[in-house]
Amino acid sequence: MSHHPHIIIIGNGIAGATAALGIRDRSKAQITIISDETDFPYARTALMYVFMGQLALPHTYLYPPDLWKEKNINLLKSRVMGLDREAKTLNLADGRMLHYDQLILATGSKPILPDCSGIDLPGVCSLYHFEDLNKIEGHLSSNVKNAVIIGGGLIGVELAEMLISRGIKVSFLIKESSYWANALPKEESEMISRHLAEKGITILPNEELLAILGEHQTTGVECKSGRILSSDFVGITIGVMPNVSMFSKTGLDINRGIVTNQFLRTNDSQIYAIGDCAELAVPEENRKSIEAVWYTAKKMGEVAAANICGDNRIYEQGVWYNSAKFFELEYQVYGYVPNTIEPPFQSHYHQHANGQKSIRIVYHSDGFVVGILAMGTRLRQHICEDWINQKKPLKEVLAYFATANFDPEFTDATYKNWHSKSPGSSSSRDPSLASFIFSFFRKRP
Amino acid sequence: MNYRSIALTDQTNPLSYTSLQLVCLTLLYLGLSIQFLSIFDLIFLPRQWTLGLSIFLIISGALGYTLSIENRKKTTAQPLYTIQGNIRQKKWSAWLLALFLTTFYVLLYLRPDLLGLGKNNTPNSGLIGLYDGLSYWIKGKPASEWFVYGTMYTLAITCLGIRVIFKFSHNRYQVYRTLSIIFFQLIFAFLLPEILQAFNKPYVDLKNFWPLNYYFFFDWNIDQLLASGQFGFFVLGWGTVGFLVLTPLLTYYFGKRWYCSWVCGCGGLAETAGDEFRHLSDKSKKAWKLEKYLIYSILVIVVLMTLLILTSRFTGYLISISQSLAHWYGLIIGAMFSGIIGVGFYPLFGGRVWCRFGCPMAAYLGLLQKMKSRFRITTNGGQCISCGNCSTYCEMGIDVKSYAQQGKDIVRASCVGCGICSAVCPRGVLKLENINR
Ligand SMILES: Cc1cc2nc3c(=O)[nH]c(=O)nc-3n(C[C@H](O)[C@H](O)[C@H](O)COP(=O)(O)OP(=O)(O)OC[C@H]3O[C@@H](n4cnc5c(N)ncnc54)[C@H](O)[C@@H]3O)c2cc1C
Ligand code: SF4
Ligand code: SF4
Repeated sequence: MSHHPHIIIIGNGIAGATAALGIRDRSKAQITIISDETDFPYARTALMYVFMGQLALPHTYLYPPDLWKEKNINLLKSRVMGLDREAKTLNLADGRMLHYDQLILATGSKPILPDCSGIDLPGVCSLYHFEDLNKIEGHLSSNVKNAVIIGGGLIGVELAEMLISRGIKVSFLIKESSYWANALPKEESEMISRHLAEKGITILPNEELLAILGEHQTTGVECKSGRILSSDFVGITIGVMPNVSMFSKTGLDINRGIVTNQFLRTNDSQIYAIGDCAELAVPEENRKSIEAVWYTAKKMGEVAAANICGDNRIYEQGVWYNSAKFFELEYQVYGYVPNTIEPPFQSHYHQHANGQKSIRIVYHSDGFVVGILAMGTRLRQHICEDWINQKKPLKEVLAYFATANFDPEFTDATYKNWHSKSPGSSSSRDPSLASFIFSFFRKRP
Repeated sequence: MNYRSIALTDQTNPLSYTSLQLVCLTLLYLGLSIQFLSIFDLIFLPRQWTLGLSIFLIISGALGYTLSIENRKKTTAQPLYTIQGNIRQKKWSAWLLALFLTTFYVLLYLRPDLLGLGKNNTPNSGLIGLYDGLSYWIKGKPASEWFVYGTMYTLAITCLGIRVIFKFSHNRYQVYRTLSIIFFQLIFAFLLPEILQAFNKPYVDLKNFWPLNYYFFFDWNIDQLLASGQFGFFVLGWGTVGFLVLTPLLTYYFGKRWYCSWVCGCGGLAETAGDEFRHLSDKSKKAWKLEKYLIYSILVIVVLMTLLILTSRFTGYLISISQSLAHWYGLIIGAMFSGIIGVGFYPLFGGRVWCRFGCPMAAYLGLLQKMKSRFRITTNGGQCISCGNCSTYCEMGIDVKSYAQQGKDIVRASCVGCGICSAVCPRGVLKLENINR
């Protein structure tokens, strides 16, 4: 028994947990997952639902807690402080040393904090770890009325939703000219902005944070433009960065993340890096070297598990996809959809008359489709992927578009009332229930 | 996290109540109190007014409250469901409610006289007496305990169904499905049978097929139907075609949901009144195992019982054993399981306890769904973020997430196709579909 190698995984996020199960499927190795966050691997993506009371922590566990014992995977709650590659040992915060034969680093991200005065004040929070919920909860107990969120991205909007559910007024301070404009084309960005405005959110574009004000407690923020906003809560969501500082003096090749080859191996052949903390030395065309999303982390976990058990599997980034939700507005993207679409690429944009649904198809001037972005409507992943992989012509994609619809039954999938030109910031609302029931009695063509 | 909670109707909600909401809640509770106090004959209003007043208060209170809550959601963020609050966390108020409901069912089945049913031609009093006026108006007879129960049941499905419709106004599947539930309860389960009685026809619920309607082939039912001429023949024929042809056919095309989530009254109550208790269903493997044992055993028992009864009818043998089996089935499964446990325990085990563990119709539909149906829940590729919303709010206790994480479609005998997993999924991963082959 004792001849089985000891594989240690640092980080019990989706990357680490997936890797552990993948290894167990292939080998009898001794497996330990170390994490300082929660007792069992859970879904970070569900943090907002825990905060809003829709779920409790156990509902978000990736797998039933019994599974880990059943699979003989040891979960260790501790913090790794350092790594000795010569001796193949890890130092834990409680003073223990652990020997490993092979190591997987899956330490995820941490929020980027701006270097400004007041960042340590009570009332300043970001959202990444479970502990952040308790922190936010603690601050809110002091009767918070106004919040400013710095940076509007996917995590920022979730934080906004959490705060608004508690009746707090939220403003977004963003560098760009409109919401998430560094990732989204103009029309989509505006659509989200309109939706956020309906929820009572104020967006302050073209503003950058200079300082957080207050002595014992946050009282406001000062922008570089000189503008001063009063607020008793400041949310920082300007992005995340790989959580790798504890490995900086180990001789591992670290750029922003831990650099890996296409097998997800680092410059130490016994050490792999996966998930948010990993950086691909050579990303594929039009792809980033760090893609800090759930799906990537999961796929990397699967590939690293195969490789550590000797399978030699190349990590392929495949067709990019991601999805999110801005309050009630859903977002899905497949393939290549940059925020400004420049030659040789063009895009076909189609928007519902109500201004709350859209589809954008990005294509090469040679006619083939490279990316699809959907707002307020759902698309079938495998169909979109096939179209992009097989470089299907735009004409064909448009002709068969309805086959990709993944909306719930009875949703109109005929794309009637959709226009290929954006009606701009039209103020038309979603059909109300009354007009919807009325539509029952109207003739359907 | 301290939230306050009022009761069944509320999304527990950290925002304070508006005065309109408080007024509506007061109306609702006033209406309910009238019903409760009438059990003890403590209502001193003119009798013919009281029921109307109470129902008016209940409907207007419930509707007003729903509208104002849903309206506010447009400009704020509120979760669709919540596990917060005393009652949803199975604390004392949940136990109290369960005790209250079970007591009501026990009285209803075993001691309706305590609810005011007049015996040996004495007039009704108490709660049942309260409903005499309505009963006379509909069918010209005094109320029975089942008339009272039917009215309350229909009222609950209608009011709380409307709440569900507003809550899911963004999801047409939920809207259509709930409208259908209300329609079948109001017309087929409540009005039609009562009106039939007014015309001296037997009481029949035409959507209640064997084996859920376990007494369909009982001697007394067949005799009664045969005695009522053409209409009786129609009912016998309809009921037989219903379970033999219609059920397999519709289940093939649409899955078990056509019945469990669109038509059935038991499912209907769970989908409307039970909406706030979905998270209480047990998702463990043990519960799944128990479910399979129980539900298929009950199906076998119903089949055997029916065969025995038909045999005894045509051969004259085995009469006593078939009769005692029928008696015990009616008492233990028909009354105790479906009513006392099935509804009484909503606040403890969620709304579909009967549908999941006890209903022979669900077992029959489930077998058809698993073996021969186009229905499935499709998972959209690798998009699941493992958040756990789907599994938490599946009232049939299916661990939907475990399928979605692997990108697998969900084909389970027990899935009633309520579509809630799909509606709560924040990434739109799940779609209920009838696959064309
Ligand atoms: C609020 C929020 C919402 C999100 N929503 C989405 C979404 O909808 N879709 C999407 O694709 N992505 C989403 N993401 C991003 C996604 O969660 C991450 O990409 C993913 O969790 C990365 O997984 P990971 O396993 O690489 O790392 P992580 O999940 O970050 O896990 C790393 C773990 O390692 C632990 N750890 C780190 N250092 C040490 C140490 N020295 N010792 C011990 N333990 C350590 C950490 O505490 C942590 O538990 C969201 C992120 C957040 C914060
Ligand atoms: S799996 Fe989904 S549709 Fe089926 S019963 Fe559960 S929640 Fe309803
Ligand atoms: S609700 Fe959706 S994203 Fe969440 S676990 Fe279920 S399928 Fe996955």
